[in-house]
Amino acid sequence: MSNISIQLINLFAAFLLMLAFAMLAQRRVLNLVHIYALQGFTVVAATSVVAYVTHQDHLYFSAVMTLVLKVFFIPWVLHRLIKRLNVRWDVETLINIPSTMLVGIVLVVFAFNLALPVSRLSSSVSPGTLGIALACVLLSFMMMITRSKAIPQVIGFLSMENALVFAATSATYGMPMVVELGIALDVLVGVFILGLFMFQIREQFESLDISHLENLKEG
Amino acid sequence: MSQLLSQVFATLSALLLAPLLLGWVDQSRAWLANRSGPGILQPYRTLHKLFNKESVMADTASPLFRFVPYLIFGCMLLASAIIPTLSTDLPLARAADAIALVGLFALARVFLALAAMDIGTAFGTLGARREMLIGFLAEPALLTVLFSSSLIANSTALKTIVNKVSQNEFTIYPSLVFAAMAFVLVFLAENARVPVDNPATHLELTMIHEALILEYSGRHLALLEWAAALKLFAYSTIGIALFLPWGITGGMDPQRVILALVFLILKLALLGVILALVETLSAKLRIFRVPEFLATAFLLGVIGMLTHILLGS
Repeated sequence: MSNISIQLINLFAAFLLMLAFAMLAQRRVLNLVHIYALQGFTVVAATSVVAYVTHQDHLYFSAVMTLVLKVFFIPWVLHRLIKRLNVRWDVETLINIPSTMLVGIVLVVFAFNLALPVSRLSSSVSPGTLGIALACVLLSFMMMITRSKAIPQVIGFLSMENALVFAATSATYGMPMVVELGIALDVLVGVFILGLFMFQIREQFESLDISHLENLKEG
Repeated sequence: MSQLLSQVFATLSALLLAPLLLGWVDQSRAWLANRSGPGILQPYRTLHKLFNKESVMADTASPLFRFVPYLIFGCMLLASAIIPTLSTDLPLARAADAIALVGLFALARVFLALAAMDIGTAFGTLGARREMLIGFLAEPALLTVLFSSSLIANSTALKTIVNKVSQNEFTIYPSLVFAAMAFVLVFLAENARVPVDNPATHLELTMIHEALILEYSGRHLALLEWAAALKLFAYSTIGIALFLPWGITGGMDPQRVILALVFLILKLALLGVILALVETLSAKLRIFRVPEFLATAFLLGVIGMLTHILLGS
């Protein structure tokens, strides 16, 4: 019984990594939002399986919260934002996509090596997933670095949070409920503030390109 | 003796099923595009027509041009004979492992490119260059896919991989998920399917595979068409052997071989529909986007190997 659940958690972890790479390779903003929703759903599935295996009931709440917030609400907000800002164009990347992917492989190797000694000490159901979660965090970081437009950067930020939640659930059976509620609220507020920022940036520069912000220094 | 019989049966079924698979994919594509389609027997009719036609040679053709169709047909036939389709107990399967199989495909590719350049027309050279561009990117990706599976079975022999996955108790291998994704991308690129090449047109700006065989006619063209169908079949059966091996028998019991044949046909039918769906839903890539497409395949293959090492499963 528990053998197949561990395999399932490993499978979801692998899916998460695949989605992180899909985000790196994606050119269109709308597809990025869809991948983000899918990523949230994978985290929900993984959390539910962990909750089932370890009989930790508060993880079910965490899963439901993730489902409502990250699979439905935030993607919906992002959709509205994209519609209102009218930014369905191709995402411009600073480095071309194949080289980004190759750097991504190096990051994954780095993360795996980094997590290996930590996961040996861990006594959780699936220690190997910590490395994958760490790799997803790093890949999201890289996505924030390599994209020049505001919305992909926000999505990178959100997917990093997804990876962190996954790391927390798979490595330590989740954080205390209060902390998780706090993080969820933070993310929600963050999305709203960043959305407001986007409107302000566009009003000021008539573009969502972050590099315009550098002009502010001289003014 | 009965081993030989099972080998002959497997090879014959590959020879006969390959055009049928191609016809099925074309028919499904036609249905998905709301057309009535030529029927799934069309490739046989094309082959029959071409075999009865006169073969015209260019004046500048060297002997190489003449024997390449036979060589390529032989390569593809050998490849389909090596891959365990019905039973893993094939005498020829011992002759070559997965790496040698990739080498066999490479041999066919090199000779096809040489033959296309041999005549000296612009299109042949263009096709040959594009084919080599795709080939050199697709081969490492295919190898990483095969390595991901080999890591699980601790062997590069396809027969052992099939036995390991199909006969042990059901296990989820996350690394195989990545490998399967990578394999789909390589499959599309290697068989000149839609995101990379369109098998249905002779548009000079986009064609790759059609440009290579543009100068061939008659029985030579028939052999090349048949070889292309065999290649599609061989790749499909590699995919089945690596990722859906249930139903392939270990022995040579005639009853079980027949059952395996039924399973194979069902799986190929399903695969054909999925392939047609992928082709209908995706647009053809610009040729300079193809390296990106295949870099993704390579990356997925490498990630598959890495997850295997990390998760240890």
